[in-house]
Amino acid sequence: MTGAPAPEAAVPAVTGRGRRLPRTLHPVAWWIWGIALATAVSRTTNPLLLFLVLAVLGYVVTERRTDAPWARGFRYYLWLALTVVAIRVVFRCVFATGITPADHIMFSLPHIPTPHWYAGIQLGGPVSLEATLSAATDGLRLACLLCCIGAANTLANPKRALRVLPGALYELGVAVTVSLSVAPQLVESVQRVARARRLRADGATGLRALRSILIPVLEDALERSLHLAAAMDSRGYGRAGTATRASRRTTAALMLGGMLGLCTGVYGLLDGTTPRALGLPALLGGSLLCCAGLALGGRRVRRTSYRPDPWRAPEWAVALCGVGTAVVLFLTVGYNAADLNPSLYPLRWPTLPWLPAAAILLAGLAAFAAPPPARTPAAAPAAPARAAAPTEKPSEALL
Amino acid sequence: MIRFDEVSVVYAGADQPVLRDVDLTLEEGELCLVVGRTGAGKSTLLGTVNGLVPHFTGGTLAGRVTVDGRDTAHFPPRELADVVGVVGQDPLAGFVTDTVEEELAYVMEQLAVPADVMRKRVEETLDLMGLADLRHRALSELSGGQQQRVAIGSVLTAHPKVLVLDEPTSALDPTAAEEVLAAVVRLVHDLGVTVVLAEHRLERVVQYADRVLHLTGDGTVTSAAPPVAFRTASVAPPVVDLGRLARWDPLPLSVRDARRAAAPLRQQLTGRPVPPARTAHATDGAPALTARGIVVRYGDVVAVRDVDLDLRAGEVTALMGRNGSGKSSLLWALHGAGPRQAGTVRLADAPSTPVESKAVRRFGARRTTKAEQRRRVGLVPQTPTDLLYLETVGAELAQADRESGAAAPDGARDILDRLAPGIPDDTHPRDLSEGQKLALVLALQLTTAPDVVLLDEPTRGLDYQAKRALIRIVDALAAEGRSVVISTHDVEFVAASADRVIVMAEGETVADGSTADVIVASPAFAPQAAKILAPLPYLTVGQVEGALAAAGTGTR
Repeated sequence: MTGAPAPEAAVPAVTGRGRRLPRTLHPVAWWIWGIALATAVSRTTNPLLLFLVLAVLGYVVTERRTDAPWARGFRYYLWLALTVVAIRVVFRCVFATGITPADHIMFSLPHIPTPHWYAGIQLGGPVSLEATLSAATDGLRLACLLCCIGAANTLANPKRALRVLPGALYELGVAVTVSLSVAPQLVESVQRVARARRLRADGATGLRALRSILIPVLEDALERSLHLAAAMDSRGYGRAGTATRASRRTTAALMLGGMLGLCTGVYGLLDGTTPRALGLPALLGGSLLCCAGLALGGRRVRRTSYRPDPWRAPEWAVALCGVGTAVVLFLTVGYNAADLNPSLYPLRWPTLPWLPAAAILLAGLAAFAAPPPARTPAAAPAAPARAAAPTEKPSEALL
Repeated sequence: MIRFDEVSVVYAGADQPVLRDVDLTLEEGELCLVVGRTGAGKSTLLGTVNGLVPHFTGGTLAGRVTVDGRDTAHFPPRELADVVGVVGQDPLAGFVTDTVEEELAYVMEQLAVPADVMRKRVEETLDLMGLADLRHRALSELSGGQQQRVAIGSVLTAHPKVLVLDEPTSALDPTAAEEVLAAVVRLVHDLGVTVVLAEHRLERVVQYADRVLHLTGDGTVTSAAPPVAFRTASVAPPVVDLGRLARWDPLPLSVRDARRAAAPLRQQLTGRPVPPARTAHATDGAPALTARGIVVRYGDVVAVRDVDLDLRAGEVTALMGRNGSGKSSLLWALHGAGPRQAGTVRLADAPSTPVESKAVRRFGARRTTKAEQRRRVGLVPQTPTDLLYLETVGAELAQADRESGAAAPDGARDILDRLAPGIPDDTHPRDLSEGQKLALVLALQLTTAPDVVLLDEPTRGLDYQAKRALIRIVDALAAEGRSVVISTHDVEFVAASADRVIVMAEGETVADGSTADVIVASPAFAPQAAKILAPLPYLTVGQVEGALAAAGTGTR
């Protein structure tokens, strides 16, 4: 994962008065940036642009991730991306499809004859350069999408991102947080019961053994959730639920309608074949309905949030960097739109359209727009930070 | 601050009310201790304070409970969160967030406290509870005592006027328990918080209490100052038992007061023969189990480090040490169901079982010697209910009989009746009290007639009566010639039940000797009777009683 050398040239004047204080960027800013970049990626199959996106992602992640455990996950996304590309290429080779007579044949796999009722699929046979390349670029685009989401996940604590959900969706956020923390407890409970199971003299296996493990674990889980519910209740969760039945129903209807509109709109916008007229209005309408629903639902909630992440200039800058890229790749103004999806017939080296390339480099500016991440005090003095015992790792960098 | 007005609570399907005509007033800034036997309704009484009973638990509450002028009938628990803070037994089960700081802020977020006030209160509470170093740590990584302090801190940030603590130390080792109780006492004295505290192990808290609410067991509650209440209370710590026995007036509640009152008693007892703390069984000294070089490790962590151990038939051994010192790992390794990386375990007149390698484990060779080892060693785990999965006690017992085959001389039912008489067959195991559950699992484990019985922290959540019952059970097991090992934190229980004490630290045995030698040697570990009567070598109140009785018959 080498950093992109290109952004070096465009260092903006971010220093202002002296050095900026390290802090964590608002998680939503990173998510907007990541999702916008993913949208931009979905428009192109030009391998040069895609590699540029990967380089930018790698650079920003290495520059601006924290030292929290969840921030070390980017390499797994890269592996996942590589697997996606590999699977696509292998499948295209094995199930030889989409080969035209004009293709350059690289080699031939042994052909496996399929029965006549299975004639639609061909196993083995000639492998053409064009088909393999098209599979590779397709896979690369998917891989880039994955890495965009992965980068957002690495740069912003997913749980903190849930905390900024609007009041009406607060319950949803709590449910996700609680289930995330319950999962390890369930694993621990299963291990404990399975171990205790060995104390009984019967050597039951199969269904009987399953039952003897499942029942204590389920009883344990039920008891624990009752404890948690009681604890949350006595600590004020769900206070001041003054919503009337009618307002709750209105909220639900608004949200459902809004979501439907949003999905239609996103589909219309991203799928190049649907008319543009479907996409934008549906998206806008859906967003409006959702906002109305959230506002109505949020009105009944009285809650504050502890140490909320501020939304300041760097947040705007990061979000705009991402959105700018997406806009340039969508408008297809000022460059040849065909350069985004270069044709493989005739086979030639793809050209690098300069405007989209510059736009992708613009997304890379996020690395400079964002303040440096905060290091946790415990990890800072220890020279080999990796050597610290796993139990000593603070799970969040706040200061 | 808290008023109970003719309060009665009946749960659905119960023919007896749990609480009956409770009429009480608790003043501001009081530390109020709720005592009573298991099942007497302590948790119910605590639950009524913030409305969890009946809003959350169901049941019917007659009468009126008012807290700071608010009637719990009209205010559900969440609307009382700014007045009443509730902390339960298992802090981990009540945590909603992941890190210390967020957990402290949670209740304030719900109460819509402004952000700047929130920030300040979190910092204050971090200092108050001594948690400043841990602020960024994940809650699951903390020790039990730290978790419980976070749980208390997390309700304190709402600045409640009342703090309700339901057995906050029952899952902690003595040091962690001290830590938590010290924090609670400081809150009462410095902040004037009214604390309502239920506790099983009274010896540590009675001296701090301003008022004792005694649940007599028939639903009524008596309220009195501690010296008066403990004159007749059905549960009492050893210091009170000794005071009652010696008829001291006023009844001393702390070791310090008792020591000052005990000078005449010490004089009276000097020179008398000290009766043994417990009737020794005829031990022939033959080892029932010999373990050599036991090593248990989990990854890089060495839980048990090269431990040698001889267990003799008819001997009761207590295994002590702080949480995480390797007690459980050692017991599981001795039993054979837990991992063991090195060392041998040899049962009397049986070939030793070598370390089982992965290959052996996988290909079933352990069925020969390991199975034999497990048949002859019984283990009751820390959470006994993990072993129970059938709907009725009868079904569990029948299942145990089938599992053991013809090995047992008598059935599981007979064993259970000897351990804890009067548990009907059709009861659901989950409905039993803690002590009964323990007896049931012990009975299941005894059906294979093991020579060695291992009990992993059996005293958790047991009241004084249940502990006495457990001591009787353990005595009976030892009298049958079995070797019993009990891991526990409870020094009073050890004094009354064990012949021998092994203290573990960091996976090694740091002390091994007779109970009197080991637990009296360190002042912090010593039971209350020993602290009061030192330098006389008494461990339990029972011994004093015996000595006085012998003296009485001798002089007359």
